[in-house]
Amino acid sequence: MENLIALLIAAPLLGAAVLLTGGRRLDAVGHWIGTLLAGASFVFGAILFADLLGKDAEHRTLTQHLWSWIPVEGFQADVTFRLDQLSMTFVLLITGVGSLIHLYSIGYMEHDERRRRFFGYLNLFLAAMLLLVLADNYLLLYVGWEGVGLASYLLIGFWQHKPSAATAAKKAFLVNRVGDMGLSIAIMLMFTTFGTFAFGPVLGSHEKPGLVTGASEATLTGIALMLLLAACGKSAQVPLQSWLGDAMEGPTPVSALIHAATMVTAGVYLIVRSANIFNLAPDAQLVVTVVGAVTLLFGAIVGCAKDDIKKALAGSTMSQIGYMVLAAGLGPIGYVFAIMHLVTHGFFKAGLFLGAGSVMHGMNDEVDMRKYGGLRKYMPVTFVTFGLGYLAIIGFPGLSGFFSKDKIIEAAFAKGGTEGWILGACALLGAAITAFYMTRVMLMTFFGEERWRRSETPSPAEPSVEPAAETHGEHAEPHPHESPRSMTIPMIVLAFGSVFAGGFFSIGDRFLHWLEPVTGHSHGDAPISAATVTAATVTVMVVGVTIAWLQYGRRPVPVVAPRGSLLTRAARRDLLQDDFNHVVLVRGGEHLTRSLVYVDHTLVDGVVNGTAASVGGLSGRMRKLQNGFARSYAVSMFGGAAILVAATLLMRAV
Amino acid sequence: MSAVAVHSLWTTAADPISKIDAPKIEYGQLSPTLIVVGAAIIGVLVEAFVPRKSRYYAQLFVSVVALCAAFAAVVALAADGYATTKAGIAAMGAIAVDGPALFLQGTILLAGLVGLFTFAERRLDPETHGSRVDSFAAQAASVPGSDSEKSAVKAGFTTTEVFPLLLFAIAGMLIFPAANDLLTLFVALEVFSLPLYLLCALARRKRLMSQEAAVKYFLLGAFASAFTLFGIALLYGYAGSVSYGTIARVVDGTVATVDPALADTMGNDALLLIGAAMIVMGLLFKVGAVPFHMWTPDVYQGAPTPVTGFMAAATKVAAFGALLRILYVVLPGLRWDWRPVMWAVAIVTMLGGAIVAITQTDIKRLLAYSSIAHAGFILAGVIATTPDGVSSVLFYLAAYSFVTIGAFAVVTLVRDAGGEATHLSKWAGLGRRSPLVAAVFAVFLLAFAGIPLTSGFAGKFAVFKAAAEGGAAPLVVVGVISSAIAAFFYIRVIVLMFFSEPRPEGPTVAVPSPLTMTAIAVGVAVTLVLGVAPQYFLDLANQAGVFVR
Repeated sequence: MENLIALLIAAPLLGAAVLLTGGRRLDAVGHWIGTLLAGASFVFGAILFADLLGKDAEHRTLTQHLWSWIPVEGFQADVTFRLDQLSMTFVLLITGVGSLIHLYSIGYMEHDERRRRFFGYLNLFLAAMLLLVLADNYLLLYVGWEGVGLASYLLIGFWQHKPSAATAAKKAFLVNRVGDMGLSIAIMLMFTTFGTFAFGPVLGSHEKPGLVTGASEATLTGIALMLLLAACGKSAQVPLQSWLGDAMEGPTPVSALIHAATMVTAGVYLIVRSANIFNLAPDAQLVVTVVGAVTLLFGAIVGCAKDDIKKALAGSTMSQIGYMVLAAGLGPIGYVFAIMHLVTHGFFKAGLFLGAGSVMHGMNDEVDMRKYGGLRKYMPVTFVTFGLGYLAIIGFPGLSGFFSKDKIIEAAFAKGGTEGWILGACALLGAAITAFYMTRVMLMTFFGEERWRRSETPSPAEPSVEPAAETHGEHAEPHPHESPRSMTIPMIVLAFGSVFAGGFFSIGDRFLHWLEPVTGHSHGDAPISAATVTAATVTVMVVGVTIAWLQYGRRPVPVVAPRGSLLTRAARRDLLQDDFNHVVLVRGGEHLTRSLVYVDHTLVDGVVNGTAASVGGLSGRMRKLQNGFARSYAVSMFGGAAILVAATLLMRAV
Repeated sequence: MSAVAVHSLWTTAADPISKIDAPKIEYGQLSPTLIVVGAAIIGVLVEAFVPRKSRYYAQLFVSVVALCAAFAAVVALAADGYATTKAGIAAMGAIAVDGPALFLQGTILLAGLVGLFTFAERRLDPETHGSRVDSFAAQAASVPGSDSEKSAVKAGFTTTEVFPLLLFAIAGMLIFPAANDLLTLFVALEVFSLPLYLLCALARRKRLMSQEAAVKYFLLGAFASAFTLFGIALLYGYAGSVSYGTIARVVDGTVATVDPALADTMGNDALLLIGAAMIVMGLLFKVGAVPFHMWTPDVYQGAPTPVTGFMAAATKVAAFGALLRILYVVLPGLRWDWRPVMWAVAIVTMLGGAIVAITQTDIKRLLAYSSIAHAGFILAGVIATTPDGVSSVLFYLAAYSFVTIGAFAVVTLVRDAGGEATHLSKWAGLGRRSPLVAAVFAVFLLAFAGIPLTSGFAGKFAVFKAAAEGGAAPLVVVGVISSAIAAFFYIRVIVLMFFSEPRPEGPTVAVPSPLTMTAIAVGVAVTLVLGVAPQYFLDLANQAGVFVR
């Protein structure tokens, strides 16, 4: 059974190889090859899952050793895979959602002449992501980590003819490098501290931690913070969040799969996987929770202000991952719920993005929600599936998001002490804002007037907040229509997940029992009862929805965005993240380089040129000794011989 | 004279005369030298009896055959174990046949063979009066610019005597590093020096400069020889013997017999120290170490370029071989006396050569100063006084000699109306005009600079490593600094060749015959092979690194 693990990765890898090297002759069937291999990977995953379910909870870890990758004296890196409950969860999410999105992309990318390449990249992503979650050591994980980064880069910039897409891809790549440095430093620290970076020896199990117990807390805090830096990069957490919004330049299926459901959650996986390191580094855990709390509010606020439907969803993704990171930072109280929210989020956020894609598909690729409105009549399937995803994400009682988010808020309070109150309050506030911005998206898109009808000629001087949104269909009135079957089926399947997954996981604590052997679990000491928290959550959700309805449902939505308050304007600019980066990093970097160049020119070059000049001068003077007269040469020789003899005699004398 | 006295004279004479033993000569072990000397003598006879027309071919044939045969003999001796297990003293104690001797003889013979090819090159100079000419004067005895010179040129004469001269020089060089007593050493020194003095004077163009160089070389060489000879006398006075082994034993104090005739001087350390310093000085003159280097630039510049190449390579090999043997076999007991002095010499040689080279504008002078700097690097290996020191020096010499001959061979190719265009400014943009020649020269320059993947790097690394392990780390630091300085002017030439605009009246690159092509190709091949895969040759040098005592 273990041998299937390698096939999980091999199937999409084969697909990537075939599709990317196969050339034009595969254009006609390429998308089917890609989809079938993704599906095959899902089937392997399902078989393995069934196998795991048939075993005791303690024996649900399978490993497969393929070969010795870097066998050097004290530095051993193997290509070994580990399949336990944690990776199994990810495998099913990745291959399941992945296969659905492959299917969806067949319809979505139908008119794109580079569709084969697109599917090749998607398969490459699947292979890398699976490698990331199946690796049995940090170095192999790093390979997957970089692999998904590469796939993400290629797919964000898939429409490279658009300068905005090319720039966004570059931005994502560069920001992620910062995080990747963190991961590589963490691995180096692990190697110097423990002499290995394999999961087994370093981490051990949650009952019996491995080598980590022998390291000082300072070292562990260092490693943990570096891992957190890596997680921040990959999962778009503050302060490395700036790339995710721009990443929406990629095709919508990419946004759904990579930048919502799977890759961006890799940071959460990394933290939960390294639980035993974080458990012993409470300071680092505190930083993790702070990062999570800040990001969940940050993303939510940004999500409120965006008129671009994908960017609004991107803010939401950032915010939801903030919840997961917050939960992961809580330690054993939160690990399980972080992963549970990750899975449910995978369903409903992928569903929401696919719905957004479906809307765009029917609206000539328009992304500005102010030019939507009243679409529910024209796209009933999209409306229903999107609506279910919406209810799930705002935490409508009974749907997936309700169960998973509620648990996280409870866990935040259960952290105890002042921190617990602050974190819990942030999480609650986040829930209210989530309800607000998601209701806003829902109302602007599917309800209200049909703002896309062009009864009067649009004025050419119409100001625009999102210039990128106006590239298509400026003058042609769109004809909203439902998307083809290949697109609606994945949306329907994901909608089922959005509705039922949370309940299925939570009732009888199924998910908790499934994952607990890997991550461990503790209940913490909640200062308030679970029922109170649930009530509060539902209350703030209702408040958020109501405010949004008052603002966007009751009144007509202006086609042109109003100027808005200072906060709104800041939020439209992603809370000035890029301005901050520009001023602090870009300008700072420029000043640093300039001063270094100055030092280089004056000091370094001065010394170098000075040395060269002085050697040259010396050379010129010594050259004069060579005057061409044999007599002076003879004198030099005689003097030399005299010195030689004298020196030899002197050596004896001393 | 009284009758008694007469009688006693008579009776003395009447005593049975003690039989003089014929010296026992191991002809087999001496065969490399004997072959070359024999061929040189045949070459003289060829000059006397073969018609002028056919002399060139006859000489070339004799020389090539002799050098190949001698090299084969060296290889055969080495294969027979004379480099290791059977190493010993031959010819009544005059010649050592051991690893270093055979390794250096092999190197000299190969360098000599490649040098011979450049001597025999006849396609570079334009044909004069219907006959092909080489780099040597039409008639050495004619006064430059005189009518007799013109008629000699017109008659198409060539100086084919260069071939036997070359062979005599090689013969002397073969003996020099193998000499096992001081007299043999001196004879060998003169045997290889005198032909070189003559060869230096034989340039076809710029004859006055060439003759001036020869005179300078001769005067200064004679001066240095005098020092050496005086040193030999002092050492004999100290030890009562000229044999290396005996002197070494006297220095060690293991032999205490006193020759009654020398009772006043034997064991006087002042004689030992002064004598040793003077002999070493003579050898330092030959290798071109500062402050005995001043002849080098003038002679290298004035001599015909093929001679310069041969001399720069083979003289250095022979002289360093002799220096090694003197220091390791004769004077190991004096190590603490000579090492500090040699340290100083090595340092000023490395720095002096590298620094003065920077401001040179003539390619041959530049290479001359570069050879001085390289002498300093090799001295660093000599000073190590470890077996690694010996083998690293052997390797360095082998690597260096082929780079040198190759580089000077390239210099012969770049010509303008006045012959070789040696001024650096004329080399500007050569890489655009003749990329292949410029690239080959760049390879040699990189090897001189000691850039990895060339033999120069492997050699430099070996000597510096040996020096550092032999306790001369400061010397290595100076060596690396000098290498950095030296890299400047090597790279400057490369930059000049490839990154400057060619000058409109720039030189042309002559297409040589297969002879020079072979010389250059061998140089490049050896440079790259020793640079990329030096281990086999390092091992060879390692096995050859033990002196017989």
